[in-house]
Amino acid sequence: MTPAEYYQRDRRIHPPALTPDYKTSVARSPRFSLISLQGSMSEITGPTFGHGDISPIDNDLIKNYAKDGDPIGERIIVHGRVLDENARPVPDTLVEVWQANAGGRYRHKKDSYLAPIDPNFGGCGRTITDADGYYFFRTIKPGAYPWRNWVNNWRPAHIHVSVFGHAFCQRLITQLYFEGDPLIPICPIVQTVPDPEAIDRLTAKLDMNATVPLDSIAYRFDIVLRGRRSTMFENRLEGN
Amino acid sequence: MKVVDARANRPQYLPETASQTAGPYVHIGLAPGAAGFRIFDRELGWDIAGPNAAGERIRVEGVVIDGTGSPVKDVLIEVWQANAAGIYAHPEAGGAVEEGFRGWGRVITDFETGEWGFDTVKPGPVGARARMVSGVSQRVRDSHPDWQGRAQEDSIPMAPHLNLWIVARGINIGLNTRMYFDDEGPANATDPVLNLIEWERRRATLIAKRTLRDGRPVYRFDIRLQGEDETVFFDV
Ligand SMILES: [Fe+3]
Repeated sequence: MTPAEYYQRDRRIHPPALTPDYKTSVARSPRFSLISLQGSMSEITGPTFGHGDISPIDNDLIKNYAKDGDPIGERIIVHGRVLDENARPVPDTLVEVWQANAGGRYRHKKDSYLAPIDPNFGGCGRTITDADGYYFFRTIKPGAYPWRNWVNNWRPAHIHVSVFGHAFCQRLITQLYFEGDPLIPICPIVQTVPDPEAIDRLTAKLDMNATVPLDSIAYRFDIVLRGRRSTMFENRLEGN
Repeated sequence: MKVVDARANRPQYLPETASQTAGPYVHIGLAPGAAGFRIFDRELGWDIAGPNAAGERIRVEGVVIDGTGSPVKDVLIEVWQANAAGIYAHPEAGGAVEEGFRGWGRVITDFETGEWGFDTVKPGPVGARARMVSGVSQRVRDSHPDWQGRAQEDSIPMAPHLNLWIVARGINIGLNTRMYFDDEGPANATDPVLNLIEWERRRATLIAKRTLRDGRPVYRFDIRLQGEDETVFFDV
């Protein structure tokens, strides 16, 4: 029998495709409704990754591109768990991150912001969750940066996060913000998310217990992927 | 009096994390070579099928077009597909795949033209759920009396297809679509997902056109984000 499906995505917590205050979405948003598709084998399977795919240093953005010293900026730890909607851990899944440096500049040939490139900072990392769904990155707190939307928009400090889960229908890219940032409520990209509580859940929380004294401050960020139905197996619900 | 809190026995669900756009610099995280620097020993997703996969070797090319008719030059597409036997590289797929076959890839565009392309093998048919197609399932079943598939009793065949996931600046949540093959006419005609699309003329937006280049099959698949030929996208 075909393995169980995933819960339908609650579109009310996600940004709609068309969000005119974020101008780029206007010409890049489908106008017709999505066609709802029950999960077949094509949706409930997805790629698997192992430790052979990455290197142990890939989750240390302070060291993974360092040439002649550490990058400039506030040293931080970002950590948390990847869970599903049933509150169960999602183990062995690939988590990838990318971000600007402490000055708000990306190492990308298309970024021309006047803040300098940091010779010791690449700005990307990746890791695989452990058996408890736990992940950990060490990095530099990214800076805010200006962008052309209205004449004078500034992105709050953020880290882009990509997660796979175990099914292609769980695939998710999001952005992590930092507790207390005054740019969060006035950012047109943040505000594409219609639910204030969903925005709050995109905001990493200061985690004093995870700081490394005299070294790095820490933020906690849990990620929740779509959950999965239980399948009827010999008249009982399996997997619960 | 004993107080029973009914909520204690209810499952405590967590809400899914909200999506945010991948932004213009998605390449830094997912394809740093394209952003202009080398950092990882291995970038992921450039080899979809691996060296040992059976089946026809094909190339797929296209461009993503926005509502102004312009190419989207900073898009990133992920591909997920079965092998030529219709089996996904996943523990629940009901079978093994060739050594080195991952069935997943990551594709970026030429920053100047927006053109993208990738090499893979043509997938085989995969079983669907009969309930996907309440209206057409009996017709589909009748037309496939010999269907064995991976033999789930509630399974009917889907025509060979690639599953695509599209992210970019301006796309707030990744767009799911499928690419079918124009040389699979009979299978496409009974595919339960294509048949789910009420407007027959929209089904054509999911079918790639085959040509030969130096004797090699190349499928052209342009994706339109808006307009009268807007590609069909799915809520999966
Ligand atoms: Fe950014």
